[in-house]
Amino acid sequence: MIAAACYTLLMIALVVFSVGNGSKDILLKEGFFGFLTGTDWNSVEDRESYGALPYIVGTLISSALAMAIGVPISLGIAIFLSEMAPTKISVPLSFIVELLAAVPSIIYGLWALFVFRFWVRDLIEEPLHNMFGGSIPFFAQTPFGLDVFTTGIVLAIMIIPIVSSISREIIKAVPNTQREAAYSLGATRWETTRIAVFPYAKSGLLGAAILGLGRAIGETILVTMIIGNTIGVAAIPVSLFSQSQTLASLIANEFNEASSDLQLSALIGLGVVLLILTMGINVGARLLVSRMVKVSAGARE
Amino acid sequence: MATDGEAINDPLLKVISSKKEENYYVNRLRYKVSIKNLDAWFGTKQVLKNINLDIKSNVATAIIGPSGCGKTTLIRCLNRMHEMTLGASAKGCVVIDNNTNIYDKSVDPVIIKRRIGMVFQKPNPFPTMSVFDNVAAGLKLNGVRDKRLINDIVEESLKSAALWDEVKNELDKPGIGLSGGQQQRLCIARALAMQPEVLLMDEPTSALDPIASSKIEELIHALKKEVTIITVTHNMLQAARVADFTAFMYIGELIEYGPTNQIFKTPHKELTERYISGKFG
Amino acid sequence: MREETSGQNSSNNQKIQDIMSRRYNRRRVLDKIVSVFAIACVLAAIIPLGSILLEVIRNGASAISIQLLTQPPGAIGATLESSGGIAPAIQGTLIVVGLASVIGIPIGILAGIYLSEFASGTRLFPSAVRLFNDVLTGLPSVVIGIVGYITIVLAVGSFSVLAGAFSLSIIMIPIVVRITEETLKVVPNSIREAGYSLGISKWKITLFIVLKSAKSGVLTGIVLAISRIAGETAPLIMTILGTSLFFSSFTKPIDALPLRIWRLASQPYDTAHSQGWGAALLLIVIVLISSVVLRLLAQRKGFKVKAVHV
Repeated sequence: MIAAACYTLLMIALVVFSVGNGSKDILLKEGFFGFLTGTDWNSVEDRESYGALPYIVGTLISSALAMAIGVPISLGIAIFLSEMAPTKISVPLSFIVELLAAVPSIIYGLWALFVFRFWVRDLIEEPLHNMFGGSIPFFAQTPFGLDVFTTGIVLAIMIIPIVSSISREIIKAVPNTQREAAYSLGATRWETTRIAVFPYAKSGLLGAAILGLGRAIGETILVTMIIGNTIGVAAIPVSLFSQSQTLASLIANEFNEASSDLQLSALIGLGVVLLILTMGINVGARLLVSRMVKVSAGARE
Repeated sequence: MATDGEAINDPLLKVISSKKEENYYVNRLRYKVSIKNLDAWFGTKQVLKNINLDIKSNVATAIIGPSGCGKTTLIRCLNRMHEMTLGASAKGCVVIDNNTNIYDKSVDPVIIKRRIGMVFQKPNPFPTMSVFDNVAAGLKLNGVRDKRLINDIVEESLKSAALWDEVKNELDKPGIGLSGGQQQRLCIARALAMQPEVLLMDEPTSALDPIASSKIEELIHALKKEVTIITVTHNMLQAARVADFTAFMYIGELIEYGPTNQIFKTPHKELTERYISGKFG
Repeated sequence: MREETSGQNSSNNQKIQDIMSRRYNRRRVLDKIVSVFAIACVLAAIIPLGSILLEVIRNGASAISIQLLTQPPGAIGATLESSGGIAPAIQGTLIVVGLASVIGIPIGILAGIYLSEFASGTRLFPSAVRLFNDVLTGLPSVVIGIVGYITIVLAVGSFSVLAGAFSLSIIMIPIVVRITEETLKVVPNSIREAGYSLGISKWKITLFIVLKSAKSGVLTGIVLAISRIAGETAPLIMTILGTSLFFSSFTKPIDALPLRIWRLASQPYDTAHSQGWGAALLLIVIVLISSVVLRLLAQRKGFKVKAVHV
């Protein structure tokens, strides 16, 4: 059993070692900082140069969109299922939401590519472009539906099941005596959720949101299908309707066709950046969470 | 608080013609809570059967009885918390001050809880709030913003709950940092801050050690001058110490009710006598 | 008619009663608005799901045929009759996911039990395991694919089933560990203490009592993990490569449904897209049915309703 627990540590070591080793070529060549801020992606022999910046920007923007849309919706669902709905409705509904998590990302990708992008383009992007395209740079480019905006929305949909079902478990775990205390003071249902449930569940809810962020950042296949797959400087989004590229999607797109060892190393280098981003989020969130857990520790019997 | 002397001078009573009528009105005015034909269920299981009980103002009334007799359900019906449990329901009349039936369709259950506060078996202060914020929670929730007013009421409530001296220099510390007994007094202060007319207490000392328990019992003696107290307890001796009136329940029915002395010394029903003398329960 | 108490109290009392009554309507409206918002959120999740399922069924059903299910892929861009099918992909998914589960589930559950029952919160080793497990959960699947490539593909010399299964197991284990630990933690301590007081050894308590009451949660966790890896595409790209041949050896490349769908979707031909939808339908059926069946089983085998008070 301890061996099983050790396996986890082993895997981390393996991950760190292999990507570190695999990327050393490119990092030696461009330097770590140079790689992070470079915008080239040139695989022509003798003039090879690779930089990760455009894809970092693409990743951050698409994920930020996903969180901005997805987390509030997930919270709303969690509140509805745990505080508002009678059992007759909440049981089948929560079942359905959990099923959402079972849909593989490739299928989200298929759907987004062949169906959803047209909805977004026609119902949201074109109206926004027509109304504000001249004045707000966010909406300046002509929308095709395959861009960082649609990617953000679909990523939001993808993180909803995870964030909402974990949030729901967290909310359910708040002791009922807390709610009763609030109700006995004359609180409405929303107010009870606000003062008795949320503060108590804060750390857990944050954890749920962070899990969602991690999912959004690491999502690969869906992104390759709808973000437009631009390379180099063109991949930096200048408006919501720009095509772009994320760290993950470029790796998936080019890995098997890398024309040189250096390019492969560069792709692994992107993996390193992705890794650092993800690990940073996880560790940072964990520190936050453990600080908040101390608050509710006393009341948790 | 209406005493005999004040009631007689009350303009409302000037039209009374005889002493008998006068006594009748005076008595009626002094019933804070009148429970009439109250039934309650969990799903299809009936847990309260036709309860009829008149609680007097500004006294402490204890409800005793063996496990499962429905005493907790009864007080949870008095502030309409009972029906908040899934599948639970209640039917009947609970009249406050002879003018408001809290089970009337036009009455909003949320508003009732402002007039009838509750303290729970296990102290449940809000863990993320300080002592001060805990006590002020009900006020802020209900829209009171005036800082000075809130400060006043918090201090007043903590004093009424006999907690002020212990926490007055540490109002910012988290509520759960207090000991069990202090937490319970904090919860009492929190309930009192709402200026309720009735305070329901569901086995308030059963999770506390004897010293903390006796502090709460002292508190009840002092508090009943300000609020009508109805407390559920499974500890008969506590009822004898603390309550002016006692109601004995058994399997969902009210068996006997009267002044504590009478219930304990000369119970009218045999069942009561058997419970009091420890033959069961 | 309110109680008259001493001067100061009653004036405070009067003040707050007024304020409270005045503010109440606004609060009630806010409560209703929040309710509407919550319902809207639920719709925001259900509508896309409905659309996805609808489209997959609509487009996929017309593509399903014996040919699709049993034939290897034909030439790219060919007509419908000679475009073959996705049979190797079906076989591949079953094999790779199966192998990954065989590796991943036991390790995951054991580690989860260890963390919950045999390791108290703050000692160094369990904390490290928990921390790294959490980190692993968040690792992007592409990176895990890279690791699989470097570790196994380069070692074995070719893209292979092993590499794919290895990568998928890395994804699977942290999920199982986390959910096992969380579910076991929720089992109230009083159950364990009841066991101790009866003199039962810790092993038996954990296995027969604690695990039993957490069974449905753990099972749900396993199902979530399997569904997750069955649909994973990225780690397979650089480990199993994908091929049009059936399974030959654990050290040779193989195809898998998600990978095949990805490749088909990127081709500009309608027949390819149609096959893609068909494969998608298959994939969703496998994934959802296992989800639904196991979930129902878990519910029946023993989730008790919360207690009711006296």
